[in-house]
Parts: sequence; structure tokens; C-alpha cells
Amino acid sequence: MTVAIPETAWGCQFVPGLEGGCGFPAPNASIFFTDPVFSLGPFNFTKPMLLLWIGVAIIVIFFLYAFMRPKLVPRGAQNLGELGYLFIRDGIVKDVIGKGGTKFVPFLFSFFFLIWILNLFEVIPVAQFPPTSMFALPVAFALIVYFTWVPYGFIKQGPGFLKSMLFPSGIPWPMYFLLTPIELLSNFIVRPFTHAVRLFANMFAGHLLLTTFAIAAWYLFNPASFSVVGVVGSAGSFLMLTILTAFEILIGALQAYIFTLLTAVYLSDAVSGH
Amino acid sequence: MTLLAEVYGSIGSVGYGLAAIGPGIGIGIIFGQGVQAIARQPEAYGVIRQNMLLGFALAEALALIGFVVPFIFGAGPQ
Repeated sequence: MTVAIPETAWGCQFVPGLEGGCGFPAPNASIFFTDPVFSLGPFNFTKPMLLLWIGVAIIVIFFLYAFMRPKLVPRGAQNLGELGYLFIRDGIVKDVIGKGGTKFVPFLFSFFFLIWILNLFEVIPVAQFPPTSMFALPVAFALIVYFTWVPYGFIKQGPGFLKSMLFPSGIPWPMYFLLTPIELLSNFIVRPFTHAVRLFANMFAGHLLLTTFAIAAWYLFNPASFSVVGVVGSAGSFLMLTILTAFEILIGALQAYIFTLLTAVYLSDAVSGH
Repeated sequence: MTLLAEVYGSIGSVGYGLAAIGPGIGIGIIFGQGVQAIARQPEAYGVIRQNMLLGFALAEALALIGFVVPFIFGAGPQ
């Protein structure tokens, strides 16, 4: 026999937009598609779009402020800006691309800080949504990278670029029948795909995880019928939410770093061969 | 045609579980060997960490592609 649950019971009336009746409203992919914040004619401005613009504005304003009046002995914001610049130049470009990579420092610098701030929006109160978890954005980033390193490789090395990418040296020639199709697939087709999916899926999974524990902490906290299981479950979910928030800050920075690092690796293929 | 066995429900989730096995082992090996390399040669920390993260990212991609599958294919026919 099932007990009828009144419509006004705890858990039945909150979290609008999540189906599930009075059961646990487990979040699914629909939480990523919210109503537009405002509309301008035929254009709907959604939350990810708005956050993207805010992120771009933060980056532009901060670095303009930091480098507006550069001093020989940097102080304050300029110090922070130079620290970030040196991290990209010495930590990524010099190690991975080496000579001939200096002109790509601004490119990688912009990517790293934009992706970092967009990932950080996942844990910043009020925003609490990573725009990088919408697939269109990582795809756009990955395509920008793809259409930078492939043409640059042809400009820099000419037809030798294809030779270095598809015919690795130091291998007996019959192996090329096996190796060249695999290299073609992995270097020119799978590469941009995984480059985008890696960033997207990480932020998508992180946002879902945080949402699940946030809803669980709220759902299990039922003041109407006090129970030990509910209190322990709610407190446990809240503790997990706190731990995962710290974890997501780490993941956000790590994914921005990995995206930039892989961009540098692809560019180094274009600059100096595979 | 008679059906001998049928599996239905959120098969994509099972697929994700299967897809996570290989990358799980791979990431374990990468970080295990990376920590060992740092312990043996602490002065090469920067280069080792960078290559460690690179290998981690490449191995992780497979599991992440698997993670997206249940959301795309959903619960399937009931």
C-alpha cells in the first residue's frame, strides 16, 4: 500500500522547473537551458551569454588597469598582471613551443585568463554557472585554435608540415600504410573534437555535481518530520557541496591550464614539426 | 522473432561506467609514475608536472566522452 503524499508536503513545491513530483528532483541536462534573461527583438540574451560578456569585460578592464601606466618597479595590479604574463610566457610557451613561440604569448594569455574566469563563474555566488559548460563555447575556442595552428603550419613549413604530421620519421616504410591513416585521424579530426569536449564535459559534470548536492542538502532537510537520517543526509550533502566547491575551483584552474597547454602543444607542431 | 534477452533503461549510464575503467587505470599509472619521477629527480619538477598533466588530459578525454553519452541518448525506449 502506498501512502498518498499531500501536494503541500516538503519537497513538492520547491525548485520550479525540475520534474519529479514529490520525489527527489534529480537535476538533468535541462538545468543548463534556462529562460532568457532579457530579449532584444529576435535575440534572447541567456545567462551564459551575459556571463561571457561580463567575463570578457572583467579581463579587459583588469589588464587595461594593470598595464595602463607601467612602472619599472611594478606595484599592486601590475604585479599580478606581470605574474600572469610570466606564467604563460615562461611556464608554457618557453617550455613547450620554445624559440619562435613568443608571438603566440598574447594568444595563449587571452585563452588562459578568459577560460579561467569563465570556469570560476561556476562557484561565484549569484553567477553560479560556468558558460564553458555550454558546448558551443568550447567548440568555438577549439575551432579558433584549429584554424590557427593548421594554416600556420602550412605557412611556416609548407608541404613539409603534412610530412611531419602524417609520416613520422625513423620508421620502416611499410609501417606508413598503418600509421598514416591513424595519424591523420588523430591529428586533424579527433584533436579539435577532444580539445572542445574535454573542457565542456569537465565543467558540465562539475556543475551537475554541485547542483545534485545542493538540491540534496535542501531536499533532505525537512523541518516538518524530524528524522536522524534526514539530518545526517542533509548535513552530509552540505559537507560534500563545500568540499566539491573547493574541488571545482581547482578543476576550473586546471582545465584552463590544460586547454592552454594543449593549444601550445598543437602550435609547437606547427612551428617546429611533430 | 523471439527475444531471448533484453536490456533497457539508462544503458548510457552503464556505458559511462565501462568507459571510465580504462582512463581510470591510465590516470592512476600516469600520476603514480609522475610522483615516482618527482621523488627520484625533484629538480625536474616543472617538466614532469607539465607532461603529467598533459598525459592526464589525454587519458581523461575518453572518460569524459563517455560521460556525455547518457545525456545525449537518455533513458532510451522503456
